[in-house]
Amino acid sequence: MPHTKICNTIATSQLPARLSAIAAAFALLCTLVFPAAAHADTKLRIITATTDLASLAQEVGGDKVDVESIARGYQDPHFVEAKPSFLLKLRKADLLIVVGLELEIGWLPPLITQSGNPKIQVSAPGYLDASRFARILEIPTGQVTRAEGDVHPLGNPHYWLDPENGLRIAKGIEDKLNEMRPGDSTYFAERYASFEQRLKQADERWEADMKPYAGRKIVTYHRSWPNFAEHFHLNVIGYVEPRPGIPPTPQHTVELIAQMKRENVKIVVVEPYFDLKTPNSIARATGGLVVVLMPSVGGEKEITDYFKLFDYDIAKLKQAFDAVH
Amino acid sequence: MKRTAHLFILALLSTHTACAQEPARRQRTSAATSSADPSQAARMQTLEQQMRTLADEVALLREQLNELRDAKSSARPSDDRILLASEHLAPGVLPVATPAPAAVSAAPPPTPQLVQTQQFGGASSNAKLLNPDISMIGDFIGTVGRNNVSPSRSLELHESEVGLQAIIDPYARADVFLSFGETGVNVEEGYVTFTSLPAGLLLKVGKMRASFGKVNTIHNHALPFIDRPLVTNNLVGGEDGIDDAGFSLSRILPAPRDWFLEVTGQVFRGDSSNVFQASRRQDVSVVGHLRGYKDLSESTNLDLGISYARGHNDIGSAFLTNLYSADATVRWRPLRRAIYNSFLFRNEFFWSARDQLSPFSFLETQHAFGMYSSAEYRLNRRWTVGGRFDRTGHATNAHLTDSGLSAILTYWPSEFSQIRGQYRYGHLAVAPNDFSNANEFLFQFLFVMGAHGAHPF
Repeated sequence: MPHTKICNTIATSQLPARLSAIAAAFALLCTLVFPAAAHADTKLRIITATTDLASLAQEVGGDKVDVESIARGYQDPHFVEAKPSFLLKLRKADLLIVVGLELEIGWLPPLITQSGNPKIQVSAPGYLDASRFARILEIPTGQVTRAEGDVHPLGNPHYWLDPENGLRIAKGIEDKLNEMRPGDSTYFAERYASFEQRLKQADERWEADMKPYAGRKIVTYHRSWPNFAEHFHLNVIGYVEPRPGIPPTPQHTVELIAQMKRENVKIVVVEPYFDLKTPNSIARATGGLVVVLMPSVGGEKEITDYFKLFDYDIAKLKQAFDAVH
Repeated sequence: MKRTAHLFILALLSTHTACAQEPARRQRTSAATSSADPSQAARMQTLEQQMRTLADEVALLREQLNELRDAKSSARPSDDRILLASEHLAPGVLPVATPAPAAVSAAPPPTPQLVQTQQFGGASSNAKLLNPDISMIGDFIGTVGRNNVSPSRSLELHESEVGLQAIIDPYARADVFLSFGETGVNVEEGYVTFTSLPAGLLLKVGKMRASFGKVNTIHNHALPFIDRPLVTNNLVGGEDGIDDAGFSLSRILPAPRDWFLEVTGQVFRGDSSNVFQASRRQDVSVVGHLRGYKDLSESTNLDLGISYARGHNDIGSAFLTNLYSADATVRWRPLRRAIYNSFLFRNEFFWSARDQLSPFSFLETQHAFGMYSSAEYRLNRRWTVGGRFDRTGHATNAHLTDSGLSAILTYWPSEFSQIRGQYRYGHLAVAPNDFSNANEFLFQFLFVMGAHGAHPF
């Protein structure tokens, strides 16, 4: 092994010589500056924390960028593992786009540090926190303690589930891409304009689809849907989790069932990475339905982009609302 | 005098309000009794009209207020804000033009703790300011049963670990972990990491747990067991392990077939528990580590490592200890059920070659071997079961071999606390062919406060 050989040679040589050798090696490493390989014709390598951000970056970047997400769409974005294989992607990245609001706090910080990539370190030009552009809900006020469960002191991080925020994030990404590749700014501007137009059209369709159900009450597993509910005028009245990040308890489930019966709520929305046992028993007790909605692009094979995410979720919701009434 | 004047004013005010209320009350009763009166009905209509216009105005004002708030917090020109066709309404408010009073009454937010506010940007900067992320982990351990060789206390707050972590500047971050034990305070780790070096190099400077194998790098609270494996105690310096002041330089190496290869070289002062001891300034110790990792599938991965450490031991400068280790880990964690089920199987092997004085031939080298093998399976979101097998020689006398077996059960009330029980059997050597059996039950309460630290991988 090369490293053991180095260690052996260092260790067996004369002691002062060993120290000076270390110092020399150290000095060499510190002064070595590798030429930055910035070819304008190569694609910008973008790594995103989640698939939704990847989809938005792809919309704006088109074929001028290579986009890859760390988390998969069917994975709980709070609990991604900091696998070393992600480092291989991060060390070559030009731009890292994160959801922020401490969503990735359990796994991303060590990956960024260990990547040894100066470009994507926090606050470096290649680090983009998408939450900066979005409208954030549920920012706790007053005293914040973990008696409330795994609260996010900076607000609810599931903000991408509002098409308006999608547009805002895309704009933020466009600005960043312009900054990094000024030569392609007209291309990015065209891509963004096209995305904006398509999203506005799609949103009109979604709004029309959801209009008959405006004001309907639902229950969700985790607090993943405030932005979605706000945009499509749904009313989330309760959660299967007694507190964010705390698994369901019998007492809370009983209370929730009573509340749902009282308010005649029939829909339980569940993210794909949660156990369906408790939601199913709630649905049985209330005569309602469990709907597995996808919080992210790639949650199902057919959800290949940001548009299809809403297409899928809205179709599922419509179907469920129609079925319970 | 003044007092009477005050009283007088008060009395005056109260009569005034009473008078003001009187006509209103009268009006209400008359409206209720004679609703058929046509002039009254007309009056009601105009009143309703007025109410509606007022409500419209309130809605308009509220919208303007929201816009102002947006503009203020975003600090961007207002034409930059993108809005789709829909308007922002609080959840549960119908977009249809219902009479305004109903909309007003439906406005309160669903929960009192989480107010539906909005904010653009800047949130992280004002929440944290420039303080480091501070965390504290309490580790309470109790032991019952019999162990004549290395008895531990019945109850103890084994360790309180304070973590301070922050980004120092655009080029570095720092992590400090202070460990408050029963006997004193120890800087478990305290190092600065330079993240912006050329050629993908990562440099750490400070006191740190050496990259020697797996278990040596893991803090007590992150271990899958309550105690450390017997081999750590016998060959690799006990609970603190190889934990010393020095430099660490690592780099990811290019490798084929999606293998992740990382090489780490470390130079330390040469003082680590009872493994290494520097009696002269030159008695530095070195550690080298090569890690290979590969994703076998989306949910399964293989993690391999070999390590080498060399330093001077407590007998004197001329006496060296060479340590070698190999580790292999298989992990399985299906992404869709990541919070419910996972499996980990880990093996670590250690070889120690220690120079020491011998009663027979003045100088001898003891070659001791030790290993542990552990497995853990997460049954559901709250329960994990595990087991460990230990077998190890003693560094100073390779003829003494300890073995042990453990069964571990862990319960997680939440992500921030942990309750664990461990049954431990030990077949511990006291002299060649003389063993002492240990049967113990350990229990542990762990609690985490403050900053949400990253989960170790």
